[in-house]
Amino acid sequence: MSNTMEAVASAARADAPPAIMLDKVNKWYGAMHVLRDVSLNVALGERLVVCGPSGSGKSTLIRCINRLETHQEGSIKVDGIELSDDLRALDAIRREVGMVFQSFNLFPHLTILENCTLAPIWVRHMPKAEAEALAMQYLERVKIPEQAKKYPGQLSGGQQQRVAIARALCMKPKIMLFDEPTSALDPEMIKEVLEVMVSLAETGMTMVCVTHEMGFARQVADRVVFMDRGEIVEQGPPGEIFENPRTDRLKLFLSQILRGH
Amino acid sequence: MSDAAIPTPARPAPITLVGPIAWVRNNLFSGWISGLISLVLLFLIVKWALGFIEWGVINAVWSVPNNQTQACRDLRGTGACWAVITEKHRFILFGTYPYEEQWRAFLSILIFSGLFIVSAMRSFWRKELALVWIGALTAIGVLMWGGVLGLNYVPQERWGGLVITLILATFGLAFAFPLSILVALGRRSRLPAIKALCVIYVELIRGVPLISLLFMASVMFPLFLPEGMNIDKLLRAQIAIILFAGAYLAEVVRGGLQTLPRGQYEAADALGLSYWKKTGFIVLPQALRLVIPPLVNTFIGFFKDTSLVLIIGIFDLLTAGKTAIIEPAWQGFGIEVYLTVGFIYFCFCFAMSRYSQNLEAELNRHRVR
Repeated sequence: MSNTMEAVASAARADAPPAIMLDKVNKWYGAMHVLRDVSLNVALGERLVVCGPSGSGKSTLIRCINRLETHQEGSIKVDGIELSDDLRALDAIRREVGMVFQSFNLFPHLTILENCTLAPIWVRHMPKAEAEALAMQYLERVKIPEQAKKYPGQLSGGQQQRVAIARALCMKPKIMLFDEPTSALDPEMIKEVLEVMVSLAETGMTMVCVTHEMGFARQVADRVVFMDRGEIVEQGPPGEIFENPRTDRLKLFLSQILRGH
Repeated sequence: MSDAAIPTPARPAPITLVGPIAWVRNNLFSGWISGLISLVLLFLIVKWALGFIEWGVINAVWSVPNNQTQACRDLRGTGACWAVITEKHRFILFGTYPYEEQWRAFLSILIFSGLFIVSAMRSFWRKELALVWIGALTAIGVLMWGGVLGLNYVPQERWGGLVITLILATFGLAFAFPLSILVALGRRSRLPAIKALCVIYVELIRGVPLISLLFMASVMFPLFLPEGMNIDKLLRAQIAIILFAGAYLAEVVRGGLQTLPRGQYEAADALGLSYWKKTGFIVLPQALRLVIPPLVNTFIGFFKDTSLVLIIGIFDLLTAGKTAIIEPAWQGFGIEVYLTVGFIYFCFCFAMSRYSQNLEAELNRHRVR
């Protein structure tokens, strides 16, 4: 049945090849089997939300997509390029895939503007003036152009996460990965980050988000993937996943999430 | 009632809380015990300072005619004999460098000082600075050796004094620091061969005293060279110092590398930065800032350790000072000479220390909220 879901999702978006293809991906941390035969296609322009209890492998999965983690079995293709030890392929993929981390990971010794222009200048070889103009454009989009000259340590968590989004966007990626972008934030800051992510979704960006924000999933996700113990248990449109969970594992997870909120 | 719209205006703090009087009260006379200790210490400091002024200034002899040190000896220790410095300062600064050519050594010291000052100013921190260093060090080499541009050739055996100390320290640290960064990075490399090489280097060099390295460089190393080939003694000592300082600095740098959270590497990777760009823009700038205090600590240590070259017969500042008072006429005036030599060392080390504090504050400004 998951195949039909994917068919529906990709049919809605012409017949472009999938942006991300995972085929029977397996990964172990030492003896621990953390990804078990994970197969997943993400269509161009699709907004995918990955959820699941902690330790379910969802972060590992998303980190395999830009090879911050290496998988041991199966294949991952991003934008048509197979992930392997080939460094040139890796460079090409990282240029096309932006990532936002739970702990922001801004560079504390660089100003906000420098954080945003570093990679465009040194990876994309963009002239400095052009990179700065681009950075200001994205900083305006995440609504903090006035902080450009400050250092990350002088900003609130929500502001830092918005800068991290702008920094990733400055590389003009085709795909954006979000690894629990709001989990380290205070409740009042979660909203401002989610707003930025919603507006990004509206531009048609291919997005894969690991998040527990069910409101966000309902509002923008084309598809929700539920993972548990290293495997994909259920997937489908948000309405179906949240209203009609078929497996006990998902039911249990949803009841815990609702209790937590 | 004061719940009106006018807020209570701020009043100046009472005199017991701020200002010099408050400082003295709080720090020196906060109770009768601390007051007593303060008074005793104050008395000792004043007494000692007055004694030093009496010895070093009032009763001092500043010059004597033709090595006739009788005037100094008549003081019987109640006054300083600065005449020994007046007489021997050229020897202390320049060693046995030919007398009429000593302006060249003096000029070299000036170039070194200028180089340090220029390098310390952040507005000069750009690519051209490397050219300035190459130019300055070449100029010093030409001045010291001579043999070109109408300068007489002066063999290295005749160099000595402060110039030698500055040469050993400057070249030593200028080469040891980049070497240490490469070694520190190498120790964290994923390539086993590089990692093993760096670990062996650090552990081997750290495991032996600098003196034995210097001995090896001066006595054993030439045995391995083919017949007739000879490498300058100073150069051999210089290489030993570079290797030794490199190993120590590498561990300091590695300490800095370890403080960097993994997220910084991941963020740089995710942006597609290559290994060297990641290292140059993200890793080293953060890691080195954090280790400025231990780095400068090691720098200062090695600046003074250059004096160990005396055991292989190189005349650095300290050895020159010691040799200056071997002459019978000047024997017994060690205090004056060692005070002077110590003061010269202190000037350089204190400058490094102050500069590092300044640099630390300036470079870590991003961490102030």
